[in-house]
Amino acid sequence: MLQIVLYFLIILAITKPVGGYLFRVFDGKPLLLDRPLGWLERLTYRALGIRKDEVQTWRQYAGSLLMFSLISMVVTYVLLRFQGSLPLNPQGFGSAQMPAHLAFNTAVSFMTNTNWQSYSPELSVSYFSNMVALSIHNWASAAVGLAVAVALVRGLSQKSANGIGNFWRDVVRGTLYIFLPICFIGAFIYVAMGVPQTFAGPKLITTLEGIKQTIALGPVASQEIIKQLGTNGGGFFNANSAHPFENPSALADLFTKVLIFLIPAGLTNMFGRMFGNQRQGWAVFAAMSVLFLSGAFISTAAEQSGNPAFAKYGVQTANMEGKETRFGIAGSTLFASVTTGASCGAVNSMHDSYTPIGGLVPLFNILSGEVIFGGVGAGLYGMLIIAILAVFIAGLMVGRTPEYLGKKIGRFEVQMAMVSVLAMAASILFMTAYASLGKLPPNDPLNTYKGSSYGATDTGYGPLSGNLNNPGAHGFSETLYTFASATGNNGSAFAGITANTPIYNTLIGLAMIIGRFFVILPVLAIAGNMAKKKIAPASKGTFPTDSGTFTLLLVGVVVIVGALTFFPALALGPIVEHLQMIGGK
Amino acid sequence: MNQSTSLFQPALIGRALKDAFVKLNPKLVAKNPVMFVVLVGSIVTSVFWMRDLAQHGDALFTGQLALWLWFTVLFANFAEAMAEGRGKAQADSLRKSRTTMMARRALGNGKEELVAAPLLAKGNHVVCEAGDVIPADGEVIEGIASVDESAITGESAPVIRESGGDRSAVTGGTKVLSDRIVIQVTQDPGNSFLDRMIALVEGAKRQKTPNEIALSILLSGLTLVFLFATVTLLPFAQYAVDQSGHGTLPAVPVLAALLVCLIPTTIGGLLSAIGIAGMDRVMQRNVLAMSGRAVEAAGDVSTLLLDKTGTITLGNREATTFYPAPGVTERELAEAAQLSSLADETPEGRSIVVLAKNLFDIREHDMDREKVEFVAFTAQTRMSGINIGNRQIRKGATESVKKFIEANGGTVPIEVLQSADQVAKAGSTPLVVADGSRIMGVVQLKDIVKGGMKERFGQMREMGIKTVMITGDNPLTAAAIAAEAGVDDFIAEATPEQKLAYIRQEQAGGRLVAMTGDGTNDAPALAQADVGVAMNTGTQAAKEAGNMVDLDSNPTKLIEIVEIGKQLLMTRGALTTFSIANDVAKYFAIIPAMFIVTYPELQKMNFLSNPKSAVLAAVIFNALIIIALIPLALKGVPYRPMSAAKVLRRNLFLYGIVGVIIPFPFIWIIDKALVLLKLA
Repeated sequence: MLQIVLYFLIILAITKPVGGYLFRVFDGKPLLLDRPLGWLERLTYRALGIRKDEVQTWRQYAGSLLMFSLISMVVTYVLLRFQGSLPLNPQGFGSAQMPAHLAFNTAVSFMTNTNWQSYSPELSVSYFSNMVALSIHNWASAAVGLAVAVALVRGLSQKSANGIGNFWRDVVRGTLYIFLPICFIGAFIYVAMGVPQTFAGPKLITTLEGIKQTIALGPVASQEIIKQLGTNGGGFFNANSAHPFENPSALADLFTKVLIFLIPAGLTNMFGRMFGNQRQGWAVFAAMSVLFLSGAFISTAAEQSGNPAFAKYGVQTANMEGKETRFGIAGSTLFASVTTGASCGAVNSMHDSYTPIGGLVPLFNILSGEVIFGGVGAGLYGMLIIAILAVFIAGLMVGRTPEYLGKKIGRFEVQMAMVSVLAMAASILFMTAYASLGKLPPNDPLNTYKGSSYGATDTGYGPLSGNLNNPGAHGFSETLYTFASATGNNGSAFAGITANTPIYNTLIGLAMIIGRFFVILPVLAIAGNMAKKKIAPASKGTFPTDSGTFTLLLVGVVVIVGALTFFPALALGPIVEHLQMIGGK
Repeated sequence: MNQSTSLFQPALIGRALKDAFVKLNPKLVAKNPVMFVVLVGSIVTSVFWMRDLAQHGDALFTGQLALWLWFTVLFANFAEAMAEGRGKAQADSLRKSRTTMMARRALGNGKEELVAAPLLAKGNHVVCEAGDVIPADGEVIEGIASVDESAITGESAPVIRESGGDRSAVTGGTKVLSDRIVIQVTQDPGNSFLDRMIALVEGAKRQKTPNEIALSILLSGLTLVFLFATVTLLPFAQYAVDQSGHGTLPAVPVLAALLVCLIPTTIGGLLSAIGIAGMDRVMQRNVLAMSGRAVEAAGDVSTLLLDKTGTITLGNREATTFYPAPGVTERELAEAAQLSSLADETPEGRSIVVLAKNLFDIREHDMDREKVEFVAFTAQTRMSGINIGNRQIRKGATESVKKFIEANGGTVPIEVLQSADQVAKAGSTPLVVADGSRIMGVVQLKDIVKGGMKERFGQMREMGIKTVMITGDNPLTAAAIAAEAGVDDFIAEATPEQKLAYIRQEQAGGRLVAMTGDGTNDAPALAQADVGVAMNTGTQAAKEAGNMVDLDSNPTKLIEIVEIGKQLLMTRGALTTFSIANDVAKYFAIIPAMFIVTYPELQKMNFLSNPKSAVLAAVIFNALIIIALIPLALKGVPYRPMSAAKVLRRNLFLYGIVGVIIPFPFIWIIDKALVLLKLA
């Protein structure tokens, strides 16, 4: 528990300086890094033919964003499919390990900053694929998320403006001045902590017991840093941050968790600064913190009290299943709260093995719409959408047309916010429903795991529920978690489900696209529409959105909207499971 | 004619009950997506009830479900009908009076002819005597009468309408109670106030306001979310049943019941009632709002432009102090001032007489009428007074009296000029009194700020509303009165152009502006303002330009209109919050009950007797809460002037937190009652 408090204090301390820096970068203020990196920025603009001072309307901004995302996704898809003919491939992986459905799923996954990994990295992607095809998205998708958040904040804080900034400029500046310097330093820190960075192939060694074991290696540190900083979460190894090469020690673990919240927390402060009132940012930060801390404490308490079913055997009381002893209970649950809150998806323990309530917290964090700090950019823009809805519902109660930051919320904003809420709910609920009931013949190739490509045997699952490791309510939680994670662009897996089959890869791919663009597009539309509005000066008659009341309201709306939408599903999953467990089943 | 202001009279309720069924017409229900879903749910459940009847299923249960779902729709319809009731009753009697009305048209030769009211044209002259109904909108050009305007305003106390003054406008459909007046018709048939009013009160042309539309979108969106949650529950349940190997799937009527409980029926059912009731409340204040939009905008107003005279100050100035000249006693001055004012019938003049009487008990003198000559005020002399024998007593503006004294060979000492100056600086008007060549002193005529205005403006400030006083006075006077009244700003020596410019400037800063006006030159400003309240006595141009007409022509009412607008928005927000907060309890009632057979462990979450009673209890609560909240929807949530932060905290607690908690005990009680009555 102390660990959670310590971690939170660190985040609290860095929010303001990080926010200040983000503000300078996106407001185009002079930076210390202008000298070493300014030429690179100008070169990029020139090379790509970008007019950096051109202000785009929201449609243009969205157009650029879609084009950028589509092209980069196609490039990744092609590179993955042809990895056999490309360099840096000591294991000799080819298209057999990366079939079309998996390449689609993977390309979408990295493009949408989800980093859901249907594949097992050690068994299917070459170093080149990792470093180029996938890594570019670790940068690009995070930069896109950041750009959207900045565009929304601009839209909210500008007065009677036509445009919401320039997409290319936001992406380039975000990458060059934010991700690049932090990654450069961070990678060295990781190496110093024991994370490998090498192009050598896997090592075959003989263990003390005399068993031969392959030790997978690779350029881990450079991917690890952006994986966390960009809330990507796609691990170099299948075990992700539970792997000792990705996350060697408790200190590295703390460093990792700080990296994940670094930008999302800083963005709340940048938002306040752009609006010219940092308290607005702190109110949002506080709402996120309340949700985050409650989740972390509940989850930790649940794991520490363990499973009463074991008590009668006199064994351990805490639930250590699926956790690394390096991190312990609190280290693991805190990580789980951070990674699901931030839509990062890196894991240092297996959420599937949590107690029902312990596992409910990560699931709820994802179902909240990834607004508990959330992904880079995505967290802030998701929360601001909820803020707009909250202000609309409760704001009427002060007797005025609801305003957020002095701008009236009209039908267009409500419409767009509802589009994103509906898309999320529909994607998660309908896909979970289909996966629970969908029937296919036992050996239908659509739901067959081609194990033969990875040195195992093929498995045909038949019905979609066949892919689950666990029956009953727990199996249902696994399905729900999968589609929630994909739609929320989180990417963490509850595990316990074999998703590398054509049908699952396709469904999950679609869920990720819906979760990404059915939020980004409405957000940009709101940004564009809000930018045009006048700002009514705040008075005593205005709904205060920088107060504790507003923070609590925001928390309430996140919980109630999430709970109302998903309560039936949660009741049939983790809640039943919990009741079964305490009932001794 | 219904003149009572009570909302819940038997006649209105009876009519609303009937209308509730008429409104079941699917075409009408479809306008409200939330209630349409309930209607579909009721129909589906009824079909299942018939099936259960035929196949000896549990018809008691499905029958009750169907019944309560129908009640839900009916209750919502009833709420709307209640809101419309008073307006409709008014419209009916208005229409009745219009069709049967005969008018006495005056012909040029002093004769009259009887014509049907709809045949009257603009410019016609009509004669009305005690007991006549005024046949058309017009202006009194001759006579004075007391008029019963309750047909329009619902206010039974008669009002005075007279030619030439502020109160010359009369409205068709109102009734002359005494005396005789001649009216010049100002509106063509079909376009009269009455016609427009019938359309307005009936809600025939009622359009959803922007805010109502946005809220409807939110509610429709939420309805869809819950539709998703309910529809997917079936496959989820199927999975659970497959996996656990026992249990049953939830029946379709139960799913329909769950859906109806979850979608925001409370606010969905009451939304239009709230809007109509808001308009109606405005009308109860004798203000006719041309659109719901205007009422809503009133709630958003952040700048109020108020005319000084009549709104902030009493219409007339009053004498408050005597400042005698050197060598003159106050009593002497009072006496002279009173003498000079005896014939002065203006309120100012009368107030001088009264002041002298109050201070020194100087009674009106018995004077030999023969020797007395009253001097009336003229624009040339700018003085009035009295001549008694050869005594010439005058009062008037400083400059005029000075000339008069100097013409009589006297001088005005500097002290008198100083006190006149001081009086002016304090925002009052100095009147100088002279007796022949002798200067008597200065009378202070003060603008009297209406009682309670300062507190009221303080409340406005607390609510974030800026008050601006508009006056024709000079800046010095204006500043003094502004300070005394406690307004935030003032425009002195205001011209219509200045008003318009001020409004534009406020609007450019993102503020919404409300104002009142009556003259034709106010029309541009009235049109520009977000809320423009025209006085009924005002010119036709002003009435056309504004978006509200105050039938009482009382400018102070602007403040009340703002409060009604705020109350309207608050009521909507409160019921939306309450409606959504209620869902938590309904979930806890229904979901465990639904799956208790599949997963017996869920018994731990269940707080009700059995699955059927749980579902029924939630549905019954959901229907009854609509009825329970009708008074709140129609009257509006209690309004208190305080800052938004305080209002928010208060309402968030009352409707949010209480809204989460309150359904639990009620659902529990209904559940127990159902079991006791053996209904479930």
